[in-house]
Amino acid sequence: MSKTVLLIEDEPNIIEAISFILSRDGWTVVTHSNGHDANQVIQAKSPDLVILDVMLPGKSGFDILRDLRLEHSSDALPVLMLTARGQAKDREMAETLGVNRFMTKPFSNSDVREAVRDLVQQ
Amino acid sequence: MMLNLLVAVCVGYVFFLFGIAFLAERAAKRGRGRWLRSSFVYTLSLSVYCTAWTFYGAVGYAARSGLEYLTIYLGPSLVMFGWWWILRKLVRVGRSQRVTSIADLLSSRFGKSNLLAVIVTILAVVGTTPYIALQLQSVTLSFDVFASFEDTTPFVSDQAHSALWLAAGLAVFTIVFGTRNLDVNERHHGVVMAIAVEALVKLFALIAVGAFVVWGISGGVWETLDRIDASRVAELPMNGGRWTAITFISAAAFVCLPRMFQVLVVENEHETHLRTASWAFPAYVLLMSLFVVPIAVIGLEILPVGSNPDLFVLSLPLHVGNEGLAILSFLGGFSSATSMVIVASIALSTMVSNHIVMPLWLRFGAGGASVSGDVRKVILFSRRASIAAVLFLGYSYFVLSGGGSALAAIGLVSFTGVVQVLPALLGGLFWRGATRLGAISGVLVGFALWLYTLFLPSLGDTALFSNDFLQAGPWGISWLRPQGLFGLSSMDPLVHGIFWSLSLNTIGFVFVSLVTFPSPIERLQGAQFVNVFDHSSSAKSWSGRVAPSEDLMVMTQRILGPKDAQALFLAQAQKQGVSGYLPEPTPEFLGVLERELAGSVGAATAHAMIGQIVGGMSVSVRDLMAVADETAQMMEYSNRLEAQQTELTRTARKLREANEKLTRVSLQKDAFLSQISHELRTPMTSILAFAEILRDGGAGPHEAGTRYATIIHEESLRLTRLLDDLLDLSVLENGQVNLNTSGVHLSKLVKRSVATVLAGAATPSLHVDLMVSESLPQVETDADRLGQVFINLVANARKYCDATTPRLKIVSSRAGNFIYLDFIDNGSGVPKDAQDMIFEKFSRIGQNKAGGAGLGLAICREIMTRLGGDISYLPGQGGGAFRVVLPVELAL
Repeated sequence: MSKTVLLIEDEPNIIEAISFILSRDGWTVVTHSNGHDANQVIQAKSPDLVILDVMLPGKSGFDILRDLRLEHSSDALPVLMLTARGQAKDREMAETLGVNRFMTKPFSNSDVREAVRDLVQQ
Repeated sequence: MMLNLLVAVCVGYVFFLFGIAFLAERAAKRGRGRWLRSSFVYTLSLSVYCTAWTFYGAVGYAARSGLEYLTIYLGPSLVMFGWWWILRKLVRVGRSQRVTSIADLLSSRFGKSNLLAVIVTILAVVGTTPYIALQLQSVTLSFDVFASFEDTTPFVSDQAHSALWLAAGLAVFTIVFGTRNLDVNERHHGVVMAIAVEALVKLFALIAVGAFVVWGISGGVWETLDRIDASRVAELPMNGGRWTAITFISAAAFVCLPRMFQVLVVENEHETHLRTASWAFPAYVLLMSLFVVPIAVIGLEILPVGSNPDLFVLSLPLHVGNEGLAILSFLGGFSSATSMVIVASIALSTMVSNHIVMPLWLRFGAGGASVSGDVRKVILFSRRASIAAVLFLGYSYFVLSGGGSALAAIGLVSFTGVVQVLPALLGGLFWRGATRLGAISGVLVGFALWLYTLFLPSLGDTALFSNDFLQAGPWGISWLRPQGLFGLSSMDPLVHGIFWSLSLNTIGFVFVSLVTFPSPIERLQGAQFVNVFDHSSSAKSWSGRVAPSEDLMVMTQRILGPKDAQALFLAQAQKQGVSGYLPEPTPEFLGVLERELAGSVGAATAHAMIGQIVGGMSVSVRDLMAVADETAQMMEYSNRLEAQQTELTRTARKLREANEKLTRVSLQKDAFLSQISHELRTPMTSILAFAEILRDGGAGPHEAGTRYATIIHEESLRLTRLLDDLLDLSVLENGQVNLNTSGVHLSKLVKRSVATVLAGAATPSLHVDLMVSESLPQVETDADRLGQVFINLVANARKYCDATTPRLKIVSSRAGNFIYLDFIDNGSGVPKDAQDMIFEKFSRIGQNKAGGAGLGLAICREIMTRLGGDISYLPGQGGGAFRVVLPVELAL
């Protein structure tokens, strides 16, 4: 049974691109495009990996990550943060909150595929 | 024969004194005669202390009471030795306050109280008149001595006559040289010089007589000492109580006597003269007292029993036939008497004239004359009349008292009388808490007790004070006996009087001072007197005034606040090269200060306030009127301030709002980099991702490939638009934009803009109601830029209007010189708290990803500013509403 990746992202074109490349690698890709209920969706879908954008409508990726890490049941759930905000302080913030990997947009497809593989197999 | 010679010598001597005084005056007037102002002249002038009473009387005193006469010299010597403590302060205060007499000094210290001045003046006149009579008596007695050695008819019957002539002569001299200058602050150089010469004459005369007695009669120093040991003078007991009391009273009198105050303080040229006088004057009185005991002892020995010891100085030379020495001795006594009378009458006349005659004249006789030149004449006349009156009073007293031995006892009584001002004087100099009422009470109590215990009993058996009265007390109440108050009858009458008058005087003064409060001017004067040394390093002569910088500081702090006041004083002190916060009160500094204060309290008030402290001048009616005027102005100003206060509150609120907005803007600025990064990276991400997919040939079916290429194309366009917007905004913000103005038909431009926006959409997603009047005038503006604004507004409505059937109406209206174009949609509009933010860069409401980067409205605002118009959010229209304002002036 293939592993599930939950992609939380609001930009349709980016959703389409990432879904395409990860599906091709055999992952089951589930998408969600706003921040409001992102944490409930994570609970419901119980994915093997979450790919998280930062600037989301309703609730920022940082807030979602913080709330996620407060629930100890999901301590082991790897999170790959993918953001267009590439400043050093954003990376520091994400690491403080407990991110597993932090990547800035734009990215190389192969880097994303590699990162997903690494995080899920750990 | 002898008498005629004596009269001739007398007249010649008087002319000599006139000459001295005249020359000294002339020298002083021409600015020459530095020697006039020497400290030795000053010291010699202090010898007015040694009157005929001491010149003749000391020998008599010694003959009767032994060495007790020394106390008369001991007191003043102690005062001179201790000049640093009292005299220096007295002289400094006297000079800085331009004091004219002791009455003036006390009045000035206690709040310019004329009542106090009048009391002190009366006290001084009452105390001094017998003393003047005593001088007249001594001169007439000395005439008698000569007469008694003549064989001619007794001269005695003519006593009153000669005294009258003497008084008249003295009056002429004193009026001529004592009232030449009107300005009392100027010194009487002629008089002082004449006094100094007289001092030398009397010293020389007494030493000459003494030397003649010791070496000429007695036969040498050792023989003289043997005779002294053998005489009864050496056996006279010393009364400790009297010694202490008389030393004290003569010390006090040295400071308080009107004539002493005149020469010590008023005629003082320079403070440093005190330093010389502090040893020279004691040396002088030492020489004066050196031969007193030998003369007394030899006189008692060789003169016939019953001779008046008070006149031994004169009768001894006559007895042994040395008439030349006798005449010299006579001149010494004459000098002693005349110098005292001259100075005393000057001092008293100043007091009488300034504190009694002038106030009365100003109140009753003058009318408006106080502004005319008549005052000068009036003052001069009043001064001269006062001199004559004082001398006439002395003469009358002499005649009425019968010239008997009663007068001889009056010396110390007179001292005790004038000393009644001592508590108030010392209190005024050293105690800031002393008050006017305290001083008046003390002086009155002392005066009354002095009259009761000493002065009236000294007059002898009179109707008022009969011997019975003295023995039994009033109404037979023994404890009220004048010389045995409260049962204190075992005391020497003099000590008794000194004790009661001065102790009750002091108690009254201190007690009343403690229970009363000083008026403001008393406070100021008190500070100036007590702290006179703190305020001036030396009595420098900028107009002879000394201002208390500290008091100025205190006042300035109250008005300007401590910080500003200290800064001002520090700066001024530095400018003068003075360290610390207290600059010298130079006229420049006072001017600066007055101007500074005037800024706060108005010119008249500032002037009056500084005047109060610096000059001690009282506030005139005109000053007060000016103050009142200023007060009215201040009230009006205060009303204006109140209005301004409301205005300020409003401004403060606006500022606070602006500040809040700025804080938000600042936060947005902080997010600017993140924003721009995000806006650029997002399309780049899509482009890069799909380009990579296509490159790797993994796109799959052909349709997918085409789709991905389309996405890449769209995102590239989005990127280009973003860059265009940024560039556009940058150009607009930096004002580097070129406007291509032409006549623009607004309704056509609006139609075209709407068409442009809707053209892209396959199905019309927005219904637009055009309500723009066709008759609007053409506007001279940049059509492309204005169109850009319209397109933006229409596109925003299409993108953000969240109604189920989005509608936009565009309405035109005209108000005065402006044309309004309102763009109103039927969506939910912009939330109130976001309305003032939407024109900022990168501000987007909510998270609607409708494609824009949040620069559109920022660009619109910049454009409208450039076009001379405006764009703003229009609340309360039931939906999103923007108003574009165009000025009509631009329309041609």
